[in-house]
This record gives sequence, C-alpha cells and structure tokens, in this order.
Amino acid sequence: MDAVTPHRVDARGLLCPLPVIRLQDAAKTLPPNSLVELIGTDPGILNDVPAWCRINGHQILESREENGEFHVLLKLGE
Amino acid sequence: MVLQKHIRPFSDIISIIFPAVIDPMTQFQPKAVALISGGLDSMLAAKVVMEQGVHVEGINFYTGFCVEGHTHAIRKKDRNKPKRNNALWVAEQLGIKLHIVDVIEEYKDVLTNPRHGYGANLNPCLDCKIFMVGKAKQWIQDNGFDFIITGEVIGQRPKSQRKETMPIVARESGADDRLLRPLCAKNLPPTLPEREGWVDREKLYDFSGRTRKPQMALAKQFGLVDYAQPAGGCCFLTDENYSRKLSDLWQARGEKQYELDDIMLLKVGRHIRPAPHFKLIVAREEGEGRFLQGYKNRFTHLQPVSHGGPLTLIDGKPSEQDLELAARILARYSQGRDAEMVEVEATQAGQSRFFKVPPMKPHEIPAEWML
Repeated sequence: MDAVTPHRVDARGLLCPLPVIRLQDAAKTLPPNSLVELIGTDPGILNDVPAWCRINGHQILESREENGEFHVLLKLGE
Repeated sequence: MVLQKHIRPFSDIISIIFPAVIDPMTQFQPKAVALISGGLDSMLAAKVVMEQGVHVEGINFYTGFCVEGHTHAIRKKDRNKPKRNNALWVAEQLGIKLHIVDVIEEYKDVLTNPRHGYGANLNPCLDCKIFMVGKAKQWIQDNGFDFIITGEVIGQRPKSQRKETMPIVARESGADDRLLRPLCAKNLPPTLPEREGWVDREKLYDFSGRTRKPQMALAKQFGLVDYAQPAGGCCFLTDENYSRKLSDLWQARGEKQYELDDIMLLKVGRHIRPAPHFKLIVAREEGEGRFLQGYKNRFTHLQPVSHGGPLTLIDGKPSEQDLELAARILARYSQGRDAEMVEVEATQAGQSRFFKVPPMKPHEIPAEWML
C-alpha cells in the first residue's frame, strides 16, 4: 500500500457497532498515520466513527454519502 | 540547596494528586478495565475508580443482541432519533479508551446452553455476566491490567445482580477478587484492589436495591447530566416479543442454533408462520423494506406487482401451495388489500413465477400465526 492509498474497510451491510469493530480491528494492524477509508450502509457510522476517532486520537478527513453508501476517510493517530 | 528543599519530587506531586494509588517508590499506577454497557451504572463505577487515580479503560462486548446500533438504523420512523452508540458516548464523556469486542460466535453457547438458566424471557443474564467478566479477565491478563470494574449493584436486577450471585460471577468467571463493584463494594468483602490499597474502600459505595436515586445523586455530584436510561436493559433477549420469535425459530429448525442474520431479521418486519416449515417476514415500512432488500437474494421472496406492497421474505422451504398462501397473506398487507385479486411475483432461486390471488381478510389469518 502506498502512502496515499487508504486502507479500505468494507462494512457494507453491517449494522453498528460492527463497522466500528471492523475499523478498530483494522487499525490495530496498521502503522500510525495510516489512511483508512470505511465504507458502510448504516447511517449510524456517521456518529459512531467520529466518536471512536475522538476517543482514540484519530482524525476524520472526510465523510460523504454516495448512492446510499457512507464513506468515511480518516487518518490514524500516532 | 535551599531551593531543593522546597521542590517536591515528581512522585510526591503525583501522590498528592492521586493519594490512594501511586506508590511514590515504585511509580506503580494500577490499571483497571471497566465493563461499559452504555448505561449509568457502569459509567459511574468507572468514574468512581478513576477519581481515585486508577488508569481506567473501557471494554464493551457486542453479542448481536445489544439494543445499540441496529435498531436505530432500520425503521424509517427512527431515522431522526439520535444514533449514538452509548458505550462510545460514555467513554468519550469519561475520557477513556473503549475496546469494543465482537463476541457474537462465542456468545451462542452462552445463549443456547445457559448453566444458570434463563430469566423471564430468553435472557441468560447470570451466564452472560459470568461470560463477560471472564472475557474481561482474559483481557486484563493479555494487556497487563490489574483488575476489573463492573457497575453491578446488589438487588438491581432480579436474575443476575443479587447478593447470592455476586460471588458466583466472581468465582465462575475466574476473576475472583480482581473483580471490583465500586457501587456496592461496601456491601461485599474487600477485594484485592481494596486490600492492596489501589483503591480506598472508604470512597466506594454501598448501593443496593432497585432504586435509582443513589445513582442519580452520584451522577449529579460528578456533573453527569446526560446518560442513557434504557427501559428493560440493553439486550433484546429481555424483550418478550423478541424472545418469542427466537424461540419459534429454534422450534422450527429443531435445534437451538442461529446466525447473526437470523437474529437481525427477528427485529425486522411482521413474522407470520402459517406452518412449521416456513414463515413470512413482511416489511412494515420503507426502512424495513430497504433492509430486507439486502437479504432477498438469499431467500425466496415475494413482491406484489399489480399493486404497491411490501417486500416479503420466506424463511423455510415452501411448496407451490405454500407460496400461493404466502401470496394471499402478503396481498392483505398490500395496497390491493380490498381488491378482488392481487398479482404477486414469487422469486425462488432466481426463477420468477406469478400468482393472482384474492387477498386474505384480516379475520382469516389465525392469531397464532402472528409471532
């Protein structure tokens, strides 16, 4: 994976908190400052992922809805 | 040199800030993991221990039956409700890390074979608590933590939080005296964290019974004004209707087994079982219809074509005659409910066929079919 290609976590079809759990598990395997893109269909991720980021010192870079799917791009903390 | 006499070593300063715990000689700061459900009690329990200078992190177990999350996402009428995950929210309020652990697979054995039996519904509360504390015990061992905190209060819950069950949870989970219940600790023998001086027993509490007043007063004292107050707990298994549908599922399959999709679908739609070998799951509104769309390719499914109407999944192995009956039931919930005939498309393994059927009248659907 190069520096600008985010690691992708596909949580489509999963209901919260499973997308956060998948994201948390992926983050454990990635180095600090990695970019991660979470894709999900449960609108709850728009609340839960920012909360999870605030708790763990990660940073949301972008979140958007596209064709009924929610994309959240974030940068892992140190 | 004179100046030095007035400068306290860092360890002294820390021991003034956190008098109960940090050993100035060894710099040891005890670490505890708190089971965070998202409710008030676990929030307070963690806070009480944090106030004594202990490093606290939260842990939350996702069984698949937690009321959090998926309930909010499905029904259109709930779309405008706040969708926060209460465990995450509590962790944020407390300023602690939260580890959410997927225990869906392991929890199946807890639910299907509870050693201590069920509560009023299919809630295996005592086994559930033992399981979660046991998982937390494993977690503290793996992560170098010292003890476990729960928000249990003696007499708060009829099945799992009684004077007699407190030692059972500690013993059978393997946590033993590394399990601290700060809200009712004074009603129980001192635990390791108290005996070691990691926490000051005098600053713990002696709450008991079902009243919530002491917790609300303590929350006020801590300046906590916004907290979840789930009615009937945070688990679908305490819900009578949900438990009835789960019981029906097990009976129909001839075994107490389930997958995550099964337990999700039990929360959605009308469940109608006209015969032991098949049931209908009829979407009640747009949000549920959208949710069921994600499952339709894995099920035989029906949709009215002559009139508007809900997507319906068939769980089981329906015959041709069963499909026609299902089409009549579905027609009753379509916009053609008063029409003479409704045309319904049934799709099974990618093959479609069409039924023109008279909608069933409400009184023709026996009450016992409705789960």
